[in-house]
Amino acid sequence: MRSLDRKLLRDLWSLKTQVVSIALVIACGIGGFIGSLSTYGSLVWSRAHYYDTARFAHVFATAKRAPGSLTEKIRALPGVAEVETRVVRDAQLSIPGVVPPMIARLIGLDFARPPGMNRLTLKSGRWPAPGARHEVVVNQRFLEARSLELGTQLHVLLNGKLERLALVGTVLSPEYIYATRGGGMPDDEWFAVLWTDARALAAAFNMEGAFNSVLLRLQRGASTPATVEALDALLEPYGGFGAVGREDQVSDKILTQEISQQKVFGTVLPAIFLAVAAFILNVVLHRQVNAQRGEIAALKALGYEDRAIAWHYLKFASAIVLLGVAIGVWLGHWMGNAMTGLYTDFFQFPEFHYRLEPWLVLSGAGAALLAAFGGALAAIRGVVRLRAAEALRAPAPAHFRPLLLERLGYARALTPAQRMIMRNLERKPLRAAITVAGIAGSVAILIAGTFWKDAIDWFMDVQFNQVQRAQVNVGFAEPVPREALWALARLPGVKQAEVARAIPVQLRAGHRSYRTALGGVEDGAELQRILGADQRQAHPAPGGVLLTTRLAERLGVAPGDTVFAELLEGKRVKAPLRVTGTVREMAGMNAWMRLDDLNRLAREGPVASSAGLLVDRASEGVLLERLKQMPAAAVVIVNRTLVDTFRETSAKNVLFFTAILSAFAATIAVGVVYNSARIQLAERAWELASLRVLGFTRGEVSVLLLGELALEIALAIPLGFAAGYGLAALLLALMPHEMIEFPLIIAPRTYLYAGAVAAAAGVVSALIVRDRIDNLDMVGVLKTRE
Amino acid sequence: MSDPVFRAQGLTKTYRMGEAEVHALRGVDLEIRAGEFIVLLGPSGSGKSTLLNILGGLDTPTTGKVQFLEHDLSAADEAALTRYRREHVGFVFQFYNLIPSLTARENVALVTDIAVSPMPPHEALGWVGLGERLDHFPSQLSGGEQQRVAIARAVAKRPDVLLCDEPTGALDYETGKLVLEVIAKINLELGTTAMVITHNAAISGMADRVLRLGDGRIVGEEKPPRKLTAAEISW
Repeated sequence: MRSLDRKLLRDLWSLKTQVVSIALVIACGIGGFIGSLSTYGSLVWSRAHYYDTARFAHVFATAKRAPGSLTEKIRALPGVAEVETRVVRDAQLSIPGVVPPMIARLIGLDFARPPGMNRLTLKSGRWPAPGARHEVVVNQRFLEARSLELGTQLHVLLNGKLERLALVGTVLSPEYIYATRGGGMPDDEWFAVLWTDARALAAAFNMEGAFNSVLLRLQRGASTPATVEALDALLEPYGGFGAVGREDQVSDKILTQEISQQKVFGTVLPAIFLAVAAFILNVVLHRQVNAQRGEIAALKALGYEDRAIAWHYLKFASAIVLLGVAIGVWLGHWMGNAMTGLYTDFFQFPEFHYRLEPWLVLSGAGAALLAAFGGALAAIRGVVRLRAAEALRAPAPAHFRPLLLERLGYARALTPAQRMIMRNLERKPLRAAITVAGIAGSVAILIAGTFWKDAIDWFMDVQFNQVQRAQVNVGFAEPVPREALWALARLPGVKQAEVARAIPVQLRAGHRSYRTALGGVEDGAELQRILGADQRQAHPAPGGVLLTTRLAERLGVAPGDTVFAELLEGKRVKAPLRVTGTVREMAGMNAWMRLDDLNRLAREGPVASSAGLLVDRASEGVLLERLKQMPAAAVVIVNRTLVDTFRETSAKNVLFFTAILSAFAATIAVGVVYNSARIQLAERAWELASLRVLGFTRGEVSVLLLGELALEIALAIPLGFAAGYGLAALLLALMPHEMIEFPLIIAPRTYLYAGAVAAAAGVVSALIVRDRIDNLDMVGVLKTRE
Repeated sequence: MSDPVFRAQGLTKTYRMGEAEVHALRGVDLEIRAGEFIVLLGPSGSGKSTLLNILGGLDTPTTGKVQFLEHDLSAADEAALTRYRREHVGFVFQFYNLIPSLTARENVALVTDIAVSPMPPHEALGWVGLGERLDHFPSQLSGGEQQRVAIARAVAKRPDVLLCDEPTGALDYETGKLVLEVIAKINLELGTTAMVITHNAAISGMADRVLRLGDGRIVGEEKPPRKLTAAEISW
């Protein structure tokens, strides 16, 4: 081994604590990068693999009642490869012992013949016997959420008739990776998907020889929009609700959104980690190179070329980076595995596939090396450029001058120790700035990673205490006269009741279109309010439609413009609507009208399709029992249960992220503070030891060094708060937010937590360095030259 | 008498030290012949180190011309100076400038790694009487031993010139004499041109020629009547 390489190894060893602390910062950057992006890649791959093996449909459509003979016409549509028709109905479900009613989606299936698409995976139990009328399989997640046993009897209200169905098995379905009734939130506890004998289901709903749900698989290269349009035309006479492609299928939409969030996390945060790591590496190498001024001069005097010396220090940087990369790849692999596992569980993919692509490792390592070389080269250039003779001399005494404070005439305000601290900061502002930036960066990362909980809490609070204020929502199977309200209002425990109308609609503006529901609200509605992000209440103007801002943007319209509405229910009215306003709602892509206007538009009488109830908590149980017995009330949703479910699922994910980010941020903070302290100590050992010789106590000397750090941390924390706010805003802007637009809400406790982590990192670093200050070799230090 | 190895004319050197401007050399003319043992005497700030650094290719003059054999050092670029140092010059410094993370042998190997036909490190260390302490780190050696490692490092490449800046400045009397003995031995037995900076006048007894510097100029030159050995001098 060449002597220079041996020197490299020994230098690395003697600086091992610093080397490891920097390598850990790099490891965090690379680990986050590899972990998040490999999870993203694995999920995309798993989804594709699952969709392939389960033969997930390309197009989905529902109608009211279409004759079986239509199937051949659908099959003949251009681009269609396979067709499947079935009966799908929602019904009220109750389980002995559970008071609030639940909703079951019943899907007819011929268990004798495996379906050509949306194939189920049996998770436990067995398939229902072909032709068995009273056996069902349920989505695995419902069974888990409800802790049910196989064999449980489920009570389902089939077309007004209560049926008992035996639960014989659990399944996974690509169609219900996210089981939700159409809203944006998974609802495993209150929404069950049951697959039952096709013939029995058709008989129960008088759907023999007919269907209300169509699945298509398309030929390779076929156009989805063209097929969707053709299918819509075929289904229209039969009450078609509008077909959608796979990307608009509810479960796939939520899944895609979740997966793309992963991508944002995987690029933005690691980029910051890497930048901070590069910062620290730059500072450490500067110090390392400066401390070795004499050695570099000797090497030059001995005839070593600048290139060889530069290469030597680049190898030093590379060694640290490669150590960081090695730890980072391991960390990323571990995290990716854990997160993919967490998500596989969460999405219930039938198989677990974790893949770490080589390009991820290579690009992560490449980025880290580039960042490190950038930092190291800047430091090396400075010393290598020195003439050997100049490098042999001690550097000229540092230039100090009175502080700004002193120049302004407040000299007496500071003690000598404080003056030394402040002058040091003023003399090397760039280095102090880098330290401050590094610590602020870790604070910012922490805030941007953990503010989600605040945003979600706020969102839930607004959504369920101010927007949807009804505790119980009743949905009717068919529109009912508004007078039904009086019947509801008289039910036990109901304090206030309001009706509303929702009609599925296709809105078009030019070549853009979007499918949503046209909501009709009463003028003085209090239980269902339309609130902007600024908390101001909006009202649809008479004769016009009020759009969620995101929807208006999607359609490219502004107040005053006209959208073309195609109602997908009842008389299927097509009419232009004037946009009278937009409202920045946090959830959904909604279109609102006054209830009277909507009834008039749909050419129907004064009817409603749902009602919201404000309920006395004590009588809730009795009320729900009564509602279960009302055949017209097909769907009952208790808002409180929705909130609980949402909190539980989000809490688990948030906790995992918070834990990992806290560890990362603390590592960065320690990396910055500790290295900064060590550099200071090395540079000022002579000065500090001299002070000890003059009679300063260890404590007094520590204050000089650590005081500077304390000041830097104190500066960095508020800066980190501001940067964290900005970073959170950036993340929110980058996140896909079609369905929910989270507000930029950061609670004081989040700032407090982030600041506390940085301060704790500072204390830990200070304790480690303090030990070195205590052991300063007074005699030895004074004997060395200069 | 052999041909001159160094020929310098009108050397000046001005540099900045912090905010001060220092005129280190104010016009030096000089010729040094192969195999000579030169002692440079002078008070602090007289320009001794600057002259030595220029002759050693560590620095270039502000004005004037300096030649080593056929190489024009005053016109050489950094790369040429590096090559010159690597091929022809051995340095010994007052504070040794050893690499603390390398052992004695490895410090010498630092030079033998890049020299054209060096002597093995252990042989160089044997020359300075450290054959037994090959694997000690600088921190485990006394000052005199460290300086001898530095000398071994300087001579291992078999340089044409050995330039020593206050080689005994940091050493006690006995150790200093030991180090001077080694330098004289190299000069005598290997025929290496040696140049020693000192402000210890007693050392001039060992020289073929003594140059006195003062205020950036050569203010005197003398040839001792008889060249003494290190054992014969005292201070």
